[in-house]
Amino acid sequence: MTQRSIRGISHQPASPCLQFVDVSVAYAGGSHGRTTRNGRDLALQHISFQVESGQRVAIVGPNGAGKSTLLHLAAGTIQPTSGQVQIFGTGPGKHICIAYVPQRSQIDWSFPVTAADVVMMGRAGQIGLLRRPSRQDKQVVEESLARVNALPLAHKQIGELSGGQQQRIFIARALAQKAELLLLDEPLTGLDMPSQETIFAIMESLRPDGVTVLMATHDLTLAAEHFDQIMLLNREVVAFGQPTAVLTPENLLHAYGGRMSVFMQTVAPTAALQEQPHGH
Amino acid sequence: MAIEWLLQPLQYAFIVRALLAAVMVGIVCPVIGVYIVLRGMAFLGDALAHIILPGVVVAYLLGWPLALGALIMGTVAAVGIGALTERRVLKEDTAIGVILAGLFALGVAMLSATGNYAVDLTHFLFGNLLGVTLTDLRITFLLATFVLLTIVLFFKEFMVISFDPMLAITLRLPERFLRYLLLILIAVTIVISLQVVGVALMLAMLVTPAAAASLLTRRLHSMMVWAVGIGIFSGVTGVYLSFYLDIASGPAVVLVATAVFILTFLFAPHRGMVWQRA
Repeated sequence: MTQRSIRGISHQPASPCLQFVDVSVAYAGGSHGRTTRNGRDLALQHISFQVESGQRVAIVGPNGAGKSTLLHLAAGTIQPTSGQVQIFGTGPGKHICIAYVPQRSQIDWSFPVTAADVVMMGRAGQIGLLRRPSRQDKQVVEESLARVNALPLAHKQIGELSGGQQQRIFIARALAQKAELLLLDEPLTGLDMPSQETIFAIMESLRPDGVTVLMATHDLTLAAEHFDQIMLLNREVVAFGQPTAVLTPENLLHAYGGRMSVFMQTVAPTAALQEQPHGH
Repeated sequence: MAIEWLLQPLQYAFIVRALLAAVMVGIVCPVIGVYIVLRGMAFLGDALAHIILPGVVVAYLLGWPLALGALIMGTVAAVGIGALTERRVLKEDTAIGVILAGLFALGVAMLSATGNYAVDLTHFLFGNLLGVTLTDLRITFLLATFVLLTIVLFFKEFMVISFDPMLAITLRLPERFLRYLLLILIAVTIVISLQVVGVALMLAMLVTPAAAASLLTRRLHSMMVWAVGIGIFSGVTGVYLSFYLDIASGPAVVLVATAVFILTFLFAPHRGMVWQRA
């Protein structure tokens, strides 16, 4: 991992990329600001874990488990009620190496910007206030678009793109940002299989750069196939580690309760896991 | 003949002043309006316009320039609404509604106590483009320059906070500062436009050109350029209509803008109603 000198805060090489120390959040972001001291109103409670650089982690759990909240904490866009979040040894508030790719429903796709404009937004932090993009910034945007195979889409308005293409453009934005920690909030939802595979291929191509990836997802099968580690979340960390160790019937029952039908097979425990649709 | 029709009003100094004011407002309002349309802040813009009234009345009573009273009140209100919505004590539109009605009532009450209630209130509500003074023009010019310069300087930052506020935070842009700055720019723009279209029609000048422009383009800066074009056209045409048809200037400007919007809505390439049906 290289030391980063441009703006943002420098990284302490010995520290893990991402670390949560006993983090609790009293209510989900966007709900009313009445914080209750009642333990039941915690969106997340006593979350502790760490992720080393270059790891790919899938965050799975039922709706309302706090997956998005966890990603927001890592990005520093919400603050924990108690506990500490650290990115390379310091709080996320000053890092510019964290990219958050929002759920597609969070974006106004009719906004008058092209794909290239969106990717250029990832450069806004580096360009600095009161300054215009340089030739180098434009080059970075082009390279980023090329890496997600979206160069031909550069001048399309974002609403004209397919769901998979939109997702790739936002990943390109993260690349243009030179992100070292990539947070993806349900990027697979609504995508067809080829588009999902493309996302994973891009993720694979980031491995040599040491980019750390956290992805919230509903798809346990894909999580098991494509990630180094899985975090099973339901307001607390039910299990965290290698897929085979995490996706056990006991853990899944604990996380999903009755909403989960587990077709266990003794040899390949993760192969047949499918979450039941529940009004999603 | 047509030239004569265009030139004849220009021999009156008050028409020239009105045209200059209409052009400046036709530039600034649509530019800010683009953000209002994209961020869905129309109600907030309307509220800010009304909230300014007590500030104007106090300035009037103290013998200050009315624009100064409006400016102070508008800025305070913009920051206040920003802070209120941040706390999320009430829903945003509820909070705005309460403040808007209360302060507008206060303004009207104060105005009614001063005596020449009807005339002044009419000007405040509908503007008085034909009564613009040289001092008004100077103030408008200064404020308009301030707004446009700020937009140019923070163009990419305002784009980021409007499109994806989360990105602004993760890029560690001064998101809060930018959000409040934009609110203040909206307030200043409203002050500028007060003279031209008045409170009641302010929203049309902010929203209508930008809304029409949104149907014509797919990029932010060209949306602004289109909106400004429509704004200037509406302002100038409105002044002429006001002169020849002897109708109030503010409504004339707004009616032209509305006509442009309707035409765009029907005939915009690819996105107009006519195309959709075909």
